[in-house]
Amino acid sequence: MSPDQLGFVTLLKKEVMRFWSVLGQTVTAPVITALLYLLVFAQAMKGRAPIYPGVGYTEFLVPGLIMMTVIQNAFANTSSSLTQSKIMGNLVFLQMAPLGPLQWFGAYITAALFRCLLVATAMLIVTYPFVHLPIHQPLALLVMFVLSASSLAVLGMIAGIVAEKFDHIATFTNFFITPLSFLSGVFYSVHALPPLWFKASHFNPFFYLIDGFRYGFFGHADVPILYSMLWGLGFFALASSVCLWMLVTGYKLKR
Amino acid sequence: MNATSPQTAAALEIRGIRKRYGALEALRGVSFDIQRGEFFALLGPNGAGKSTLISIISGLVRANEGSVAVLGHDTVGDFRQARRLLGVVPQELVFDPFFKVRDMLRIQAGYYGCGKEVWPWIDEMLERLDLSAKANASMRALSGGMKRRVLIAQALVHRPPVVILDEPTAGVDVELRRMTWAFMSELHRQGTTVVLTTHYLEEAQELCSRIAILDRGSVAVIEPTQQLLARHPYRFLRIKLAGDAQLPEALRPLVTGEVGGALELKLETRVHPIGGVFDALRTAGVAIEDVQTREPDLEDIFIELTGHSAQAAAANGAAT
Repeated sequence: MSPDQLGFVTLLKKEVMRFWSVLGQTVTAPVITALLYLLVFAQAMKGRAPIYPGVGYTEFLVPGLIMMTVIQNAFANTSSSLTQSKIMGNLVFLQMAPLGPLQWFGAYITAALFRCLLVATAMLIVTYPFVHLPIHQPLALLVMFVLSASSLAVLGMIAGIVAEKFDHIATFTNFFITPLSFLSGVFYSVHALPPLWFKASHFNPFFYLIDGFRYGFFGHADVPILYSMLWGLGFFALASSVCLWMLVTGYKLKR
Repeated sequence: MNATSPQTAAALEIRGIRKRYGALEALRGVSFDIQRGEFFALLGPNGAGKSTLISIISGLVRANEGSVAVLGHDTVGDFRQARRLLGVVPQELVFDPFFKVRDMLRIQAGYYGCGKEVWPWIDEMLERLDLSAKANASMRALSGGMKRRVLIAQALVHRPPVVILDEPTAGVDVELRRMTWAFMSELHRQGTTVVLTTHYLEEAQELCSRIAILDRGSVAVIEPTQQLLARHPYRFLRIKLAGDAQLPEALRPLVTGEVGGALELKLETRVHPIGGVFDALRTAGVAIEDVQTREPDLEDIFIELTGHSAQAAAANGAAT
């Protein structure tokens, strides 16, 4: 392994160790929260007509909940790590190290992906007694999972770079990530919405991430899978461009 | 960019560094070299630009103009190689609370492309810095002095040939200062170039072969330590007068202060021979209870060049 590769692997390992050391907070807690959503909503919506042919509400809900949790955790992983390092001052260890922008980017995103994979797998396991999900399009499932987790991890990096205190991260989470993830069709099909909100949903990138992920399970979705993939790809490309520009120029990182 | 060949290059080549923060010009075209194998002190009052210069060398701050090379490798154009050759102990007591001491050091080594081959060196450093008992302790659980030692170990973990210590002994006890300098002196004897900033000027005087004093963003002086000390044309005479005796009027302009009941006179070597002072006292009928002479030290030179006392500067606020 070359020194550059070892540097990347070390940063990745360090980021994984960071969330692993507080697994209760980074994996168990979001899984329990999602499980509570499932119990409450599945009970409240019991008896409603299937949303897609042969797909009951509980089955419909679980992929959405998984993706919502993935989105929120991908963002939280990178944003909290960077903000914490900035506030504690230990980001200097990375800034003084011979690591380039692509190594930072790759390591932070891959660690977030790994956390999201753990969260998603844990959710599939704990929801198994309630619902047996089919997997119709594994490739679409994988692509949408990677695109969603990566895009939100990149957004988290941007937020972490911009934030000067934890309040700033809370602002991002409360006014951007949480509303967009709740209003993205996690709990309902957008076809059930009034025309204005139906149209508005199509401007929400999280809607495509969740809808495409759901397609992977059922082979049905509110919009064609190609749309979802292109939105996901565009969202990732845009966020990545901004993030890499910040890393290359040292925006908010170098005085 | 610096173009010197890495084989013959100085440890640090600093060329025309300028740094502005808005209207404030923190560094005004600083240029100097630090040769391989030197133990070099970078001194100056708060606001002189020492920490800004170190931050530029280590890649934390971007210079508006100028360049820095570490052993011939430009810190911007060839930043990876430059950083692998450099170890920096930051001034602030920073640490990552998620990790244990040994894990933190292994992670730090990994950033620099060093794997298991440096683990014995990590254990040796832990031993030398009296941290072996805390190797598996969380960083959070360490005292301030221990965290400072871990910072030193982190800077040295990849065995860099050039090491910069930004006030490594600020606020630490005598024992730790002694241990730090013993360790750094040994590394220096083995060929490591050591650059330090400190407000304890006696440390710089004792350890460093060459000294640069920065003042208001410019190099006020850069000279070998002995040459710097020798160029001061003064010596100091402390006189404790007997009883209620008063110093003769002619000698009063020479008084610079009072130390333990004795008056300290600053005598220009060529103009005020010590014998002349005793003659004046004898003529005035003033009896002397005690007398001492003191050669100027680095603190005197520092005050002469910057108008500040290093210790007072340290007490008055954070460095820039």
